[in-house]
Amino acid sequence: MSSRMGGLMLALVFLFLIGPFLIIIAAGMSAGETLAFPPQGLSLRWFWAVFEVESFRASFVLSIGLAVGATLLALVLGVPVAYALARYPLPGGEAMSTLLTSPVIVPAIIVGLALLRYVVIPLDLGIIPALFVAHTALLVPYAVRVVSASLANLRSDIEEAAVLLGANRLQAFFLTVLPNIRNGILAAFILGFVTSFNQVPVSLFLTGPGVSTLPIQMLWYMEFTYDPSIAALSALLALMSMAIVLVAERFLGLSRYV
Amino acid sequence: MSDAAFLDLAGLSLGYDGRPAVEALDLSIKEGELVALLGPSGCGKTTTMRAVAGLLQPMGGRITLGGRDITRVPANRRNIGLVFQSYALFPHLSVFENVAFGLRRQRTPKDEIERRVAEAVAMVGLTGFEKRLPKELSGGQQQRVALARAVVVRPRLLLLDEPLSNLDARLRLEMRTELRRLQRELGITMVYVTHDQEEALALADRIVVMRDGKIEQMGPPEAIYETPATDFVARFVGFENVFQVKDGQLRAGNGAALPLQAPVDGGTAWLAWRPHAVELGQGPYEGQVLGTSYLGQSVEYLIESTVGPIKAEAPAALPRHEAGRTVAFGLPPATAAAIPR
Repeated sequence: MSSRMGGLMLALVFLFLIGPFLIIIAAGMSAGETLAFPPQGLSLRWFWAVFEVESFRASFVLSIGLAVGATLLALVLGVPVAYALARYPLPGGEAMSTLLTSPVIVPAIIVGLALLRYVVIPLDLGIIPALFVAHTALLVPYAVRVVSASLANLRSDIEEAAVLLGANRLQAFFLTVLPNIRNGILAAFILGFVTSFNQVPVSLFLTGPGVSTLPIQMLWYMEFTYDPSIAALSALLALMSMAIVLVAERFLGLSRYV
Repeated sequence: MSDAAFLDLAGLSLGYDGRPAVEALDLSIKEGELVALLGPSGCGKTTTMRAVAGLLQPMGGRITLGGRDITRVPANRRNIGLVFQSYALFPHLSVFENVAFGLRRQRTPKDEIERRVAEAVAMVGLTGFEKRLPKELSGGQQQRVALARAVVVRPRLLLLDEPLSNLDARLRLEMRTELRRLQRELGITMVYVTHDQEEALALADRIVVMRDGKIEQMGPPEAIYETPATDFVARFVGFENVFQVKDGQLRAGNGAALPLQAPVDGGTAWLAWRPHAVELGQGPYEGQVLGTSYLGQSVEYLIESTVGPIKAEAPAALPRHEAGRTVAFGLPPATAAAIPR
């Protein structure tokens, strides 16, 4: 009895999680002219139509570039921070760790507004630099947390062993620490990439006329054009994210770090 | 081998965050000598070793190696090898690359690296394991890799930090013999840090017993084992029954006293008995047997007496004294180690 109830609950949870995704795929495969469920006829034409919309192509390129660039910069900043927090018992290190996770806790819409009001406007940043700064700031906590997790599993005496064998501190780091946290860094990169690519609330404040990330472009598109291409695009993006995460899980064991 | 000091520590003071761990330590080690630093945890033996390696900057004093002051020489230019208690192998590198690491830092030519790594790996009996990763090796094998990695660069001095403490008893004995053989073959000067007196006795040419950051006694293993210089050393090397001698009495830490069984030299400050040196079943004192443990060849007794618990050992063939019984015992000064004032 109770196990049947449990099975039912599980089925409902899965339906709730996967249902919207299935509806979107179905809606994108519609042959009709407007976004609707159930779809009117079956066709893949909206999936092809997505690639013909110039604004989608431009914002896709920007989103990819932004995700890669911001994630890389977040790692360049985050790896040394994670290393210092792991190796040196700094005064206030605990507080620093907490502070670094705060952008994850503070609602992103507030982060976006704050960045716009106190950074972007006073410094008169262009749209692309503003997006770049904001996304990097959002991703540093992820980078620090994920890299910290893999550093915690690494003994610190291997660096001393390297030094005694003639390596300087920098060589010791690059030859013994970095190769052993490589998977953590890749995991942080993938997590950062997906987070940045799917980012809406912060980007909403910082995008402007003519320059926009893909998710924001999709919001705008929907305001004016209500055709199934938006569903087709959503399905494609969801599949892309899923593929990335699945590959990462398969090769890196991503779930160990997050 | 010369008699002049090869490694010389003069007035070495060490500490962490300003808290002193070792104070004004003086120690000279000859070339080719194997010296054990022996002491309980927190005695400063590992701290001293880390300072010699250059991993810890001294607060005061001087470290000289081969006549050259190396106090300010960075750790990566000292050419001192260290075998870590945890082995500290590079987890992402094969056995070959682990051993080759130091040679690569010295920009050794490729064919020479191959030759020397093969030699070092063969020396520790791991030929054929070159392609394995550390996690694919047993503890004893990892230990051998750590040793090969440290000696392949021909360090001027080899430091070993409790290198056998993570091995099981049988392997420990085997590695002990192996280490001794290696040390003879290579003629390398070694400083061996351990808390295990048996290991120190078996391996070292000379033992330095440390306590609270100071040297308590140093000398050849026989001297440490038979004639401890202080009550601390006596307890550390297995004299379980140590009493202060005052006014013809044995005094315990609890203030109680027993008259001496026989007169002793006036300069004696302490008398120390190993369990087997305690007379059991005869003698002027009495105590109650608290417990016995069968050790195979002998039986160990814990006896409650007016001067506190006494540990005695008697051959297993003799009649047993049951727990709870009162038993006579003796502490003859002739079988004790006398510690002078």
